[in-house]
Amino acid sequence: MILTRAIGLTLLLLLGMLSPSNAAEADLRAIIAKFATASNFSATEAVVRELAATGDTAVERPLGALAEGDLYVRKADSLVFIGKAAGGSVELLDPLSGEKSGDAAKSEITKIKVNNTLRRAVRDALGTLTLGAKDPAARIAAADTMFKTPDATNIEPLDAAIASETVASVKALLEQARAASVLVSDRPEADKLAAVALIGGRGDRNALSLLTAVEANSEGAVKDAATAAIANINSTLALWDAGQNIWYGISLGSVLLLAAIGLAITFGVMGVINMAHGEMVMLGAYTTFVVQEVIRNSFPGLFDWSLVIALPLAFSVAALVGLVIERGVIRFLYGRPLETLLATWGVSLILQQAVRTIFGPTNQEVGNPSWMSGSFYIGQLAVTWNRLWILVFALGVFAVLLYVMKRTPWGLQMRAVTANRRMAASMGIRTPWVDALTFALGSGIAGIAGVALSQIDNVSPNLGRGYIIDSFMVVVFGGVGNLWGTLVGAFSLGIVNKFLEPYAGAVLGKIVVLVLIILFIQKRPRGLFALKGRSVEA
Amino acid sequence: MITGRFFAAGADRRIAITIFILLAIAIIVPLLNLAVSPTSAFYVPSYVVALTGKYLCYALLALALDLVWGYCGILSLGHGAFFALGGYAMGMYLMRQIGSRGVYGNPLLPDFMVFLNYGELPWFWYGFDQFWFAAIMVLAVPGLLAFVFGWFAFRSRVTGVYLSIITQAMTYALLLAFFRNDMGFGGNNGLTDFKDILGYNVQADATRSALFAASAVTLALAVFVTWAIVGSKYGKLLMAVRDAESRTRFLGWRAENVKLFAFTVSAVMAGIAGALYVPQVGIINPGEFEPSNSIEVVVWAAVGGRGTIVGPIIGALVVNAGKSWFTGVLPAFWLFALGGLFVAVTLFLPKGIVGMWDSWRGNARALRAASITNPINGEAGTDPAVPPPPKIVRSAARTPGDWSASGPEPQPAE
Repeated sequence: MILTRAIGLTLLLLLGMLSPSNAAEADLRAIIAKFATASNFSATEAVVRELAATGDTAVERPLGALAEGDLYVRKADSLVFIGKAAGGSVELLDPLSGEKSGDAAKSEITKIKVNNTLRRAVRDALGTLTLGAKDPAARIAAADTMFKTPDATNIEPLDAAIASETVASVKALLEQARAASVLVSDRPEADKLAAVALIGGRGDRNALSLLTAVEANSEGAVKDAATAAIANINSTLALWDAGQNIWYGISLGSVLLLAAIGLAITFGVMGVINMAHGEMVMLGAYTTFVVQEVIRNSFPGLFDWSLVIALPLAFSVAALVGLVIERGVIRFLYGRPLETLLATWGVSLILQQAVRTIFGPTNQEVGNPSWMSGSFYIGQLAVTWNRLWILVFALGVFAVLLYVMKRTPWGLQMRAVTANRRMAASMGIRTPWVDALTFALGSGIAGIAGVALSQIDNVSPNLGRGYIIDSFMVVVFGGVGNLWGTLVGAFSLGIVNKFLEPYAGAVLGKIVVLVLIILFIQKRPRGLFALKGRSVEA
Repeated sequence: MITGRFFAAGADRRIAITIFILLAIAIIVPLLNLAVSPTSAFYVPSYVVALTGKYLCYALLALALDLVWGYCGILSLGHGAFFALGGYAMGMYLMRQIGSRGVYGNPLLPDFMVFLNYGELPWFWYGFDQFWFAAIMVLAVPGLLAFVFGWFAFRSRVTGVYLSIITQAMTYALLLAFFRNDMGFGGNNGLTDFKDILGYNVQADATRSALFAASAVTLALAVFVTWAIVGSKYGKLLMAVRDAESRTRFLGWRAENVKLFAFTVSAVMAGIAGALYVPQVGIINPGEFEPSNSIEVVVWAAVGGRGTIVGPIIGALVVNAGKSWFTGVLPAFWLFALGGLFVAVTLFLPKGIVGMWDSWRGNARALRAASITNPINGEAGTDPAVPPPPKIVRSAARTPGDWSASGPEPQPAE
């Protein structure tokens, strides 16, 4: 989370830097060049003020380098560079863009000297500069940075910025940054208490670490207030953590649902144990790969549509293979479930090896379309777009399937065949056709699951192997022959799994879940939502 | 079981021949390896001894599976787990025998524990420096797991494919568990680098021959035990449970106890197979828990013929010999061949090699009998007025396990 946040910050800063036009850049370069001619500290300070007066965020880099003592002048042509010591020589970076523009020996360059007065001037300049930036995002970034590195000298520029700030949300952030600075200053206790209260209201991890430092370094009322605020933040964070776990669980559940839902149909309606189900998922993922390859090579503009194009194709490919398997193998094995299991296992081996022969054993790269990459925050909750889309997609598939089963003549026939095959046959339903199409439907659903899973998993010939046991667990747990059972089963298994992970670790969590399911099946051998009927086992 | 009674004498003779052959190779192969000079035509190279010794362990595993699947109708997809547990028990003994000869030279801790910064030996490794203790564990650990698992599963009447799936989940869970480094079983590297067994070098030809002989004798013993179980009244009960579980229960038998007995005995046999396997291949790692391994065992039994005693042994030998040949000659096609084998056996050879042989022999014998009773000069087969008796005999000899099927139609999994 911290990492994503840091990346986001950097992106924001970059955005802020990209805004100035080329003309402004030339002006800036002219001013920066004056560093070479400045002969004493006050002259340098004048240049700093001039740079700050431009109000351009691009000057952050050279000014920051100056404060660190990393700004150099090349003796040969009096050009100003940021220097980075690299072994014996110094790597020269352009002061504005930060791009590498050459190397120099230490003797070829002179460092621009700084003293404490100058450093303070630079810091003030930087603070006011970014706080006064036109882009609210840059101001938010500045407030964030100041919050994380509080300093008593920040208070005054922050006061000025707060006074002139118009956007309410940015103003709140600025006030929090000011409060953080107040806590490290020697302001009176009342101010500090107010600051603790303000920061406590922020309630995130940064506030927590700040307050922990305050608690350690202060005493009396401030310390007590900090302790109370920390406890408060911790309980809030625990709630957010639980929320994050639930989200991860829902996300895992949606993956399980996608993988298992096709199985729920073939297993539930036909009683066919299809061990090649995972390979249907794999075929769907490889279809996506092929579609993306074709698009990359021939129609690069369509890349964002690749998944939409892959969906019907993956469905058709997997459904066709499913139909062939049903007509070619499974049809002859009805009534012998254990043999069906073995034969479909054989089919799965053949499919896997075929894909391995055609595409090679290594992982294939399937890209994320732009609308599926990145993430956003709800409070303290990080949500990635691809997981969210997969959840939406899984629920969509579920809804469509539910509609097909409950509202179409085909679904009616399927349910009739499930409930009483002979009676259905005597009513004129062609049960062999229903079987074949049901199996094709289940396989096709697995294929489109493969499209979604290609976005979050490695596309390799072994893709399906990883899902088959989990899918069976979901179907058996939820109750065979019941789509709602599969839905509930998938999400409860996902959430339980993710809640166990922090305590037991990922692998042990999974083992515990497997053991729990095995125990659960002892208690309710027919799953959560068992079909009610009069059929007795033979 | 009309066929069973029909060929009772033949079946018994077959068992006797199998046991005789196994005991004979237990003596002859080591002799040919050790006593015959390497230049002689009768010399058996050491790698062949090791390879066939491995196959014999697989055959024992297949026989163990056949006891539950072929005779009791429980398709266990987790027998590889019992095999691996037996193997780990033996592996732990072999690890303790290394002593201070390991890479790190620690007299007490095996190498991987030194590597993983273990302070002391985990409690469950105590006792494994004694062979008798390890031998008991080889029997007890798989047996106990099977007993507990079976007790829960059979009591709540988890049957058919449900049972298959949860046995698969069991071995999958064990796979994940044994992959963890902090389980104390060497993580994904498993246990290897063995030196001695009972004081003899594991790599030596004589030890390998002895292990081969032990495998062959154990297999012969297992054939006898299986035959004794199957032939007893209890065996009849096993088959009754296989063919009509509810009916057996209505007659007053406790079907769950019958199954639990078979399952536990079978797991112990699988554990012994694993224990014999490990010193011969020199390594045991969590890969043995792979669900795909357990399913492969099922196809050995299916190819040879389930519901027979000799069948799984032949199946294991044939399939593994085929695997060795394929992976040597056409490595890319082995999985195609294996997959095709799964499909072909279930579609065309539901009774396996031995079953086909029996029915072919049965047909031939019945035809002969028919031609004797029908003095119409051998035209019995062409005369539509005479119903051929062999058909009646054949139709009664059903495929094991399909008694419950009312016809070739899908059954909703309820």
